[in-house]
Amino acid sequence: MATPLVSMHDIHKAFGPVKVLEGVDFELIAGEVHALMGENGAGKSTLMKILTGIYAPDSGTIQVDGKPVSITTPADAEKYGIAIIHQELNLIPALSVADNLFLGREIQRFGLLDRKAMVKKAMEWLAQVGMEKLDPDTLVERLSVGTQQMVEIARALGQNARVLIMDEPTAALTEHETTTLFKLIRALREKGTGIVYVSHRMEEIFALCDRISVLRDGKFVGTRPVPGLAFDEVVKMMVGRTLEARFPARTSTPGKVRLQVEHISGGMVKDVSFDLRSGEVLGVSGLLGAGRTELARLLFGLDKPSEGRVLLDGEVVTATNPNQAIHAGFGFLTEDRKAQGLVLDLSLRENVSLPRVPAHIGLVDRRGEKTQTRGLIEALKIRTRDMELNVSALSGGNQQKVVLAKWLALKPRVLILDEPTRGVDVGGKAEIYHIINQLAEQGVAILMISSELPEVLAMSDRILVMHEGHATALLEAHGATQETVMTAATGGH
Amino acid sequence: MTLQLNWSQAKTLFQRLGSVIGLLLLFIVLSVLSPDFLTTGNLLTVLRQVSINALIAFGMTFVILSGGIDLSVGAILAFTGAITASLMAAGHGMVLSVGAGLALGAVLGMVNGALVSWGRVAPFIATLGTVTLLRGLTLAYTQGSPIPVTNPGFAMLGGGYIANLIPLPVIWMAVAFILCGFLLRGTVFGRHVVAIGGNEEAARLSGVRISPMKLAIYGLSGLLSAFAGVVLTSRLYSAQATAGAGYELDAIAAVVLGGTSLAGGRGWLFGTLIGALLIGFLNNGLNLLGVSSFYQQVVKGIVILIAVLLDRRQ
Repeated sequence: MATPLVSMHDIHKAFGPVKVLEGVDFELIAGEVHALMGENGAGKSTLMKILTGIYAPDSGTIQVDGKPVSITTPADAEKYGIAIIHQELNLIPALSVADNLFLGREIQRFGLLDRKAMVKKAMEWLAQVGMEKLDPDTLVERLSVGTQQMVEIARALGQNARVLIMDEPTAALTEHETTTLFKLIRALREKGTGIVYVSHRMEEIFALCDRISVLRDGKFVGTRPVPGLAFDEVVKMMVGRTLEARFPARTSTPGKVRLQVEHISGGMVKDVSFDLRSGEVLGVSGLLGAGRTELARLLFGLDKPSEGRVLLDGEVVTATNPNQAIHAGFGFLTEDRKAQGLVLDLSLRENVSLPRVPAHIGLVDRRGEKTQTRGLIEALKIRTRDMELNVSALSGGNQQKVVLAKWLALKPRVLILDEPTRGVDVGGKAEIYHIINQLAEQGVAILMISSELPEVLAMSDRILVMHEGHATALLEAHGATQETVMTAATGGH
Repeated sequence: MTLQLNWSQAKTLFQRLGSVIGLLLLFIVLSVLSPDFLTTGNLLTVLRQVSINALIAFGMTFVILSGGIDLSVGAILAFTGAITASLMAAGHGMVLSVGAGLALGAVLGMVNGALVSWGRVAPFIATLGTVTLLRGLTLAYTQGSPIPVTNPGFAMLGGGYIANLIPLPVIWMAVAFILCGFLLRGTVFGRHVVAIGGNEEAARLSGVRISPMKLAIYGLSGLLSAFAGVVLTSRLYSAQATAGAGYELDAIAAVVLGGTSLAGGRGWLFGTLIGALLIGFLNNGLNLLGVSSFYQQVVKGIVILIAVLLDRRQ
């Protein structure tokens, strides 16, 4: 067999006490598309950050073309021809395509920018990715996400990248853009470029990739060639057990109607109606941009509905800010816990009591606060030595439990969960599902937005499916399948 | 039992103790170099000089902790000082005049808060605007000449002593420190200030009402600046249109020297007190050592830069 382009062996990496990678091997040969899979938090992005010089490994070796190398800075990675196309694109919107392509390595003549040479070269590079029609003088902000991605790939190839790492490249692309991207990836493979394809999308991976490597909880599970590989086998490698065991059985029975949403519209959301019962979990499913989070924002008073009304236990609620929504009985666990859920510089205790600090006439009741926090730490099994520790020191799963604790302290009547298990490892997920079950048993009405279909199917009583702002289906979870949900989510019938 | 100290906690502790250690070092060095330094009279004089900056810096601590900045403190000091003095010159009583000055300071601060919250103007720009506006108003109102104060009771506020020894401004500083410290650590308000500075979006989504909070935070800064204006006016027996020029920078320096992050969300009030004392004792020491006032500025700048470099986080 040919010498691998890149081979990483026995890579270890820990952040403080948290072991993120424990003895991971990874190998990429020229002219292959190699999928790197694993659940959130499995260590995929850390491994790729090590390969591109953003993190240094604690131990382990990296070889390029069979020779041991040390990659400690992004410049090293560039030198060995390793480039990464990030999920969030790294172009500067206010600069032109050519300016972006040559950012940091501008062509100069007598100390001045040689624009003519750069534009000419830019056109060559763009042609390599099939974008010969794109004018290099166009400002990047005018380009679609798909085109921007092509520009990024052109930049990487222009720098003679032989290893291209793509992190969820299709996440924000239209179907047409995805097709174009796949065509390019196949063409690059023919030319001998090695491509690492990081994604969760099984269909794409089976259609595109030659081999799959799987990580689980920071450990290397294995590498398999795609031909002859079964879907279920990959899932089993990723989760370490079959799907059924991942979700605890639902235990609650829905009671009386608690939340009535009638013809609500606003922003992306168009004329959505549904009921939510106490003790019920209503899953909300839909593709990226279907208006799920926007629906939650309307209910929580973050955006103003243009039409429709919301009734909570029979009474009309008009919340124009989160404060009012909270007083009405809503809780909202947001999808981005670091940006929206937690104050990372504050302690666990201070985060938990942020929505309502135990206090008498404005004076903090320290003892009451500690009792409350201790109770919630026990109830949610938050693993921490000390409630005074900054929440930034906790693992993703424990951080998510802190956000949950924050809302449980308020005893909400309706709890909105937006991607409650994102970035949480498998064990932590199971615990969060268990908490959701317990809350439902206590009569909390739960609206659970999730992009993970198995989660929605297993944890909901009913499923509201959204497509382009409309509610396209309201299904009984019992009897619904991934196919019926996906059909409604893509606007089909 | 092993004592395990979290790395971030240890680092915070070191950063916090840094300013205290700095102050102690300065104390020792000045005591050795100048025989006049370690005398009750000199120390109390420095404390009195520090009190004006400390009062302003306490308010600034709240603003910076919440992720903002207030450049208008010196201008508020001058304007409210002039109003207070002219009210008294017009024959109004001291309580009414001082009360009006303080209330005006709070209102002006709240205008800053309104610009920052409802107007969505960056704090630096909003308060830069009010500085220019208030300086102009003060000059127009006083026509550039000092407004003398003759009320003997008022003169005591900044010039009086307790037990013929401790200057009253030092008492004000101590009282303000205790009240502000309690406000920051013991009340829901203080908790929310830090939360807003740490992550405004998370605080908003947790039901913290950001706009009223910012009004209150900048209002508090305005109130304390006005109080500093009253004390200064009293000490000088007159209000001057140009009073307080550059005080905002001294206040910010005190806050930063004390280890509070300019990005907001982390810091402490005790550090600000230490920072203000550092600046005060440094000025005093350089005076005693006969360093020219030109070089004093140079030294002060270097100290601030060193402190910030030591404080720099990865």
